Amino acid sequence: MVRSRSPVSRLLSGLSAADRSAVSQALNLVDDQRPKERAAALELLDRLEQRDDAGGAVRVGITGAPGAGKSSLLNALVETLREQERTIGIIAVDPSSQQSGGALLGDRMRIGFSARESGVFLRSMAARDRLGGLADATYASVAILSAVFDLVFIETVGVGQSECDVARLVDSLIFVAQPGAGDTLQFMKAGILELPDIFVVNKADFGATAERARNELIAGLGMASERDGEGWQAPVILTSARDESGIKELAEAIDAHRGWLETSGELPVRRARGRLGFVRDALVRRYGEYGLDHIGGGAALEARVAEASEYSTFRLVHELGSEIEEALRRP
Amino acid sequence: MPTADQPDRPWLIRTYSGHSSARASNALYRDNLSKGQTGLSVAFDLPTQTGYDSDHPLARGEVGKVGVPICHIDDMTTLFDGIPLDRMNTSMTINATAAWLLALYVATAERQDVAPGQLQGTTQNDIIKEYLSRGTYIFPPEPSMRLTGDVVAYTVEEIPRWNPINICSYHLQEAGATPVQEIAFAMATAVAVLDSVRERDDVPDEAIGRVFGRISFFLNAGMRFIEETCKCRAMNAIWEELGRERYAIDEAKMLRFRYGVQVNSLGLSEAQPENNIVRIALEALGVTLSKEARTRSLQLPAWNEALGLPRPWDQQLSLRTQQILAHETDLLEHEDIFDGSHVIEALTRELGDAARQELQKVLEMGGAVAGVENAYMKEALVASHARRVRAIESGELTVVGVNRFREGVASPLTERGQESILKVDDSAEREQVERLRAFRSKRNAAEVQAALRHLAESLANGASVVPASIRAAHAGATTGEWADTLRKQFGQYRAPTGVSRVSSGTTSESVETVRKRVDDLAEKLGRRPKILVGKPGLDGHSNGAEQIAVKARDVGMEVVYDGIRLTPGEIVQSARDEGVHVIGLSILSGSHGVLVIDVLEGLRQEGLQSLPVVVGGIIPEQDASELSAAGVARIYTPKDFNLTQIMDEIVDVVARAHG
Ligand code: B12
Ligand SMILES: Nc1nc2c(ncn2[C@@H]2O[C@H](COP(=O)(O)OP(=O)(O)OP(=O)(O)O)[C@@H](O)[C@H]2O)c(=O)[nH]1
Ligand SMILES: [Mg+2]
Repeated sequence: MVRSRSPVSRLLSGLSAADRSAVSQALNLVDDQRPKERAAALELLDRLEQRDDAGGAVRVGITGAPGAGKSSLLNALVETLREQERTIGIIAVDPSSQQSGGALLGDRMRIGFSARESGVFLRSMAARDRLGGLADATYASVAILSAVFDLVFIETVGVGQSECDVARLVDSLIFVAQPGAGDTLQFMKAGILELPDIFVVNKADFGATAERARNELIAGLGMASERDGEGWQAPVILTSARDESGIKELAEAIDAHRGWLETSGELPVRRARGRLGFVRDALVRRYGEYGLDHIGGGAALEARVAEASEYSTFRLVHELGSEIEEALRRP
Repeated sequence: MPTADQPDRPWLIRTYSGHSSARASNALYRDNLSKGQTGLSVAFDLPTQTGYDSDHPLARGEVGKVGVPICHIDDMTTLFDGIPLDRMNTSMTINATAAWLLALYVATAERQDVAPGQLQGTTQNDIIKEYLSRGTYIFPPEPSMRLTGDVVAYTVEEIPRWNPINICSYHLQEAGATPVQEIAFAMATAVAVLDSVRERDDVPDEAIGRVFGRISFFLNAGMRFIEETCKCRAMNAIWEELGRERYAIDEAKMLRFRYGVQVNSLGLSEAQPENNIVRIALEALGVTLSKEARTRSLQLPAWNEALGLPRPWDQQLSLRTQQILAHETDLLEHEDIFDGSHVIEALTRELGDAARQELQKVLEMGGAVAGVENAYMKEALVASHARRVRAIESGELTVVGVNRFREGVASPLTERGQESILKVDDSAEREQVERLRAFRSKRNAAEVQAALRHLAESLANGASVVPASIRAAHAGATTGEWADTLRKQFGQYRAPTGVSRVSSGTTSESVETVRKRVDDLAEKLGRRPKILVGKPGLDGHSNGAEQIAVKARDVGMEVVYDGIRLTPGEIVQSARDEGVHVIGLSILSGSHGVLVIDVLEGLRQEGLQSLPVVVGGIIPEQDASELSAAGVARIYTPKDFNLTQIMDEIVDVVARAHG
């Protein structure tokens, strides 16, 4: 007889076996705010992150204006990646209603069901109370999907805040623009042109206007390309989810970027930066800069995060949070 | 000048019908014709409309349910057996597969020794409103518009008395459209069709006038029958303007606005269903009173519309309603009785001006195709419908017997329960599948393959698919084979659901109460209650699902809604992957028996048997008790018009299941 194991162990072995029910339950668990469940979630995430060695899943963010074609593109991409027999987890984030707290997680259907067999898993999530950003559970959910699938995609509607949020939890960020919408201009104005690793101009089937948008973007990038000293030249790819042109190139660009992250040693740097960013953000949101100062401020936090490499990101938030709370309680 | 001695000829009197099998429907048609009906209006079943053979897995439970199944030439010849096609005017409600059903019709005529040039009738063939309301689309908008054009290009030369397209504002009103939206979106559709036909190489420039003249419309007429009269008059004017200004047509005959009507069904009630008899008659007035804007043909729904499919007697009553109007009243003895009425004129102008503006807006965003793809029109309809639903819930809009004057004695019409609607025998599907298999085994396979190759070639080289389809019809190709050939070339499409940006409107006290309950429940569950709204099967009735989805979001739930036409397996998978707390299924096509059970069974197999399932739609009482016994937590039908209350009950269901 096998000894009955803890629910977390059961979930872990389910995840190792890529059992979809286990994936779903794990995602539910990390979203659960009840104390007992939160404790179990922390245990799960600790043990997951320990197993997540240097490389692991390729984590990709897809962002861009509403209707740019992110879902359609993802659908086409998924088909190509499935042909290579790679497995895919997707998190699609939609905004929550400020009034009711509810959310319509809609029009996911572009990611066709025929694709959603064993190799593809899709979870829709609401952004909750974070205007334009991502719910905390999104970060944990990426960790879970990363443990199971070869690639993990996160689709969010780009409205400024979410690019920064997403950039923190992925290895490669794709920005999707559409012709004639002035997306690129707005993007440049918002000063976040440095974030994306791959630019896509979708709806290439529009013809000349798509070409024009691409050239605009290349010109804009030329001005902001200081960071290319690092050795990665963000490509601008013309795609059409409609006639599926450029999809292979996009898939190749994702792989190329990952290759570059690995050979340049940038991958661990990025992940560490993302981890620090997430921890800092989570703490500041809960306790403010004032709270953070109670454990020594930003610099101290950076050191603490670097030290505690055996802690999962989520445990770290939890532990540091308790510390701040305690400090705040002291007279 | 019509007079009492020489009244105008009445409109074409039709009944929209078809069910079970070609043989049964043929008997029905002959019977209706012998009762004085003057044209045929064919209802096809959902597999035929969406391009599946009767034995396709997706056809399960749907064969012969809401219309006649037509898989091949033998089905079609049986359907019109003993009905001489050179003397018949046949309207076919067929869209994505219109070119194919037209081909079968032509082939059937040829077998009756009737030349195509002698045929008269209509293929509905309006794909835009399928994306917006009706749901039986298959391919993406652009290739679909090409198919529409294929039918136009063929018939304008070969079947000059055919209406190749019947642009439908009918379905838009059934999906909640206001009169202004009805006018504007229908005209935008007409422009999209005409513009694309004008660009075709196989339609000479001089033919555009004839094409324009062959385009007919299919309108709705609701309870506000004065406004509806004005709507028709406004469309008259706008159509003529379009013809003159955009297409440079000046022949009066070509410019005439021709339309048929089915009166509104959305407002027909389940509660006190006999009230519908009166509603239907009044609605018919709106499109017959004004001679200038009188309909060319009329179809009336039946009093038991919201209960299920009508029996022959129910349809007869609707037929009699038309006959009474046409032959007992003095309606047809006068010139236009509204001429000179400043009230009618002002209202007509008001509607027309607002519609012109809205039309312009759609044209500026790139026209009807763009307006489908960017969801603008669909969102507009869902929003209008949400306003209507809210007005009924709040009592602002009176529906007698539903939200006002509810007390009364029981209706003797529904005393016998199940017997007050038509029940399609489950054996219909089995027998149709048997006939299909027998047909397949006796045809010449090589000829079929050659014909399908020819079809694929004409798809690739841009020629009209109709001639190749006629050849395929004669060779014995099936509906599924025809559609699969096109799917390979064009791919499939899922239209935007239109729900995400729509709100169910201002809050009320009762909404606030439910919100509070949802928040409390979220605390208890550890996360926000999440509901999957699912539409299994081929059923395209999305109104209910859309309004439920919007409302659920507005009371604070997280809602997954993936649109129409999913399999039970896909719904189960989605429920599991999305981690929902409750599934809400919406089924109006009558196939709930099979589909709900399949979902429950799928959940069991996934170990999700504790996940509660609620069901809404057209669910007859007896079926409802069977579904409850099978484990369905709650069942809702059209009489449950209070969405806030439904949400309140769903909170109970979730709390109990996860308590
Ligand atoms: C509007 C309508 C249409 C519109 C649909 C527009 C759209 N996008 O939805 C149009 C004109 C396109 C249409 C077409 C057809 N229709 Co129709 N249609 C109707 C009609 C008149 C009203 C339905 C409706 O929208 N009501 C308003 C909404 C809000 O109500 P509801 O869906 O019932 O939802 C309420 C409850 O049922 C419940 N509910 C529903 N779903 C859910 C889900 C959940 C989770 C919950 C909690 C509650 C819930 O809550 C809602 C609140 O009140 C009905 C008859 C009637 N009066 O009910 C026929 C009816 C449903 N149609 C019918 C038929 C046959 C057709 C066609 C198949 C005809 C044909 N052969 O081509 C076509 C094809 C459609 C297709 N693709 O499947 C039949 C079905 C027969 C049957 N069940 O046996 C009916 C019953 C008419 C009849 N008596 O013949 N139709
Ligand atoms: N012509 C053309 N249309 C496209 C293309 N990709 C997507 N679309 C259309 O653009 C619209 C939006 O597509 P989605 O994939 O839902 O876009 P999205 O960015 O995921 O939208 P949101 O999630 O709502 O922000 C749909 O009507 C698509 O059919 C393309 O390559 N060419
Ligand atoms: Mg999307």
